[in-house]
Amino acid sequence: MVDRNKAFGWAANDESGVLSPFHFSRRENCENDVTVKILFCGVCHSDLHTIKNHWGISRYPVVPGHEIVGIATKVGKNVTKFKEGDRVGVGVIIGSCESCESCNQDLENYCPKVVFTYNSRSSDGTRNQGGYSDVIVVDRRFVLSIPDGLPSDAAAPLLCAGITVYSPMKYYGMAEEPGKHLGVNGLGGLGHIAVKIGKAFGLRVTVMSRSSEKEREAIDRLGADSFLVTMDSQKMKDAVGTMDFIIDTVSAEHALLPLFSLLKVSGKLVTLGLPEKPLELPIFPLVLGRKMVGGSQIGGMKETQEMLEFCAKHNIVADIELIKMSDINSAMDRLAKSDVRYRFVIDVANSLVTDSSAEILEEHVDHGVSITSRF
Amino acid sequence: MEKVHQKEAFGLAAKDNSGVLSPFRFTRRETGEKDVRFKVLFCGICHSDLHMVKNEWGMSTYPLVPGHEIVGVVTEVGAKVTKFKTGEKVGVGCLVSSCGSCDSCTEGMENYCPKSIQTYGFKYYDDTITYGGYSDHMVCDEGFIIRIPDNLPLDAAAPLLCAGITVYSPMKYHGLDKPGMHIGVVGLGGLGHVGVKFAKAMGTKVTVISTSERKRDEAINRLGADAFLVSRDPKQIKDAMGTMDGIIDTVSATHSLLPLLGLLKHKGKLVMVGAPEKPLELPVMPLIFERKMVMGSMIGGIKETQEMIDMAGKHNITADIELISADYVNTAMERLEKADVRYRFVIDVANTLKPNPNL
Repeated sequence: MVDRNKAFGWAANDESGVLSPFHFSRRENCENDVTVKILFCGVCHSDLHTIKNHWGISRYPVVPGHEIVGIATKVGKNVTKFKEGDRVGVGVIIGSCESCESCNQDLENYCPKVVFTYNSRSSDGTRNQGGYSDVIVVDRRFVLSIPDGLPSDAAAPLLCAGITVYSPMKYYGMAEEPGKHLGVNGLGGLGHIAVKIGKAFGLRVTVMSRSSEKEREAIDRLGADSFLVTMDSQKMKDAVGTMDFIIDTVSAEHALLPLFSLLKVSGKLVTLGLPEKPLELPIFPLVLGRKMVGGSQIGGMKETQEMLEFCAKHNIVADIELIKMSDINSAMDRLAKSDVRYRFVIDVANSLVTDSSAEILEEHVDHGVSITSRF
Repeated sequence: MEKVHQKEAFGLAAKDNSGVLSPFRFTRRETGEKDVRFKVLFCGICHSDLHMVKNEWGMSTYPLVPGHEIVGVVTEVGAKVTKFKTGEKVGVGCLVSSCGSCDSCTEGMENYCPKSIQTYGFKYYDDTITYGGYSDHMVCDEGFIIRIPDNLPLDAAAPLLCAGITVYSPMKYHGLDKPGMHIGVVGLGGLGHVGVKFAKAMGTKVTVISTSERKRDEAINRLGADAFLVSRDPKQIKDAMGTMDGIIDTVSATHSLLPLLGLLKHKGKLVMVGAPEKPLELPVMPLIFERKMVMGSMIGGIKETQEMIDMAGKHNITADIELISADYVNTAMERLEKADVRYRFVIDVANTLKPNPNL
């Protein structure tokens, strides 16, 4: 049994999703591991879904957070790519089988035995907790190098939001078609990065949103070429058949038919949001216009590193609002209302303070069985 | 008799949305300098014909002469026609014209041209309505005429002009034509049975997916499918999960996409060529977590149609047909509605379609 070291973070304990201080443990650094002192952690919408158990798969207590940037404080003896003091990142996955077809193609994210950074269990039975915490220990294969030139706080969201848009944009052919027209539906954590990456690929980018509220932002600050209010039926009509691609970041239930009508013949709609219920798919537009709808989730480790290098080269970072750990619950309330431009990032190193006087839940791990006791 | 053009013609038309077809005399234009005129020998009955005669898509105008799986023999060519001559065996599929200049046309995808003109029921440049192949002869621009390979029997080749290209085009476009791939074909009707034949000729392994056991023997022993799976049997679905590179879905009734998406491998493609009227439920998780795609396709361009039929000639691919006389057409339509045909009716036009002397 591997030795374990103390760790501290904030966890949700039930479906209320309220986060509070939590003591737990991480495994001791083994020969393939990198121990990371966490500096910053992005707040992803998936964190909100998980703490409130929207997908019905949450196991409490859960420490969320999979957009982690920190400093390597210890590396195992087999680790050659990283050394102590390096700036590193950890994203959405921390393990895979490493031998299946997907893993052999550097597509660990599609491995049937993929291990997510939090709300998952490793093969030794331990529960994995995420980056709203002071330290994390990760296998070298799942650690990323943060390129010079990317600020740690604003780079953190790239580890989920960034790769989530970069991977399908490459896979569905948007990276080699400068001049073509991309629509980005929804301007939040995913959408705003899709605009920046789309512009860096040389695409013409139209941001689509239900209201005109974000129009000036989209064009003046994010660099979008145009803005389309999807509730404006005349503007939608004028835009029919003008887009080669659409990245749909909206996870709330919404109609696909108007989006299909915006696509040109052979156009591609890529859906990234995770709605709770199936969407309605009208077939006629697909058939009449040879259109398609596809999906994607994050990316493999090699591609995530490639994405970070690409962002460094093009000065692409997330637009963030830096918060203290103690503000996380109000940040989650605001995130639920999309009241953020465009990603909260927790200043973990400067604000995660062990509070021994507070009531805390501590997780004991004893022979692989998890016991929770209250102090 | 409606008289607009110079050349008399006769055929079968639906006069209203009962869809009942009856003798109809009309006219066709003179052979223009780029036109090919041909005597119709055979015409396939496509399911679209049934939808159109009953105005199920809300776009039919009457009288409607259906038929877009037409084969025959050239009787006259215009002065500027270079590719065809009198006596040649030719065909016309679903299109008789397009704009020629848009992106789709320049890429050989006339089928996606916003100004494409279908073989029947569409307004032509001279403001007349096009009449299809349930008629004695056709006249059509050279650019939309298909040459039928000599070795193919004309009656059984006719359905390839719609059904054949409808399955061939997406298999090529989406790269589902590589030897060794595993392709599923959902539905074993006009489209499905031809889909099996083309997929086998491309060297793929083919599984037919159907709602009942009934067609298993046919699918495997006669059509050459490698496997057959009943979509309503959860165990058969489970055993085949994650095994297919692509699925060609020919079913136009409302049906569930979730089991079909489950049958695909990662990055698998579900191609819809049947067009259900109402939207289907799209489970998003398989698209996102397994990078799968749902796409649509509609017939194919002209060059591609010629390529398809040349491949059919090379591999002796024809439709399985029931040859009928012109006066059986209404009964055939009723049977088609119940999917009671193995697998395409073809009208023996030349031998059985006679003008009604009383009109």
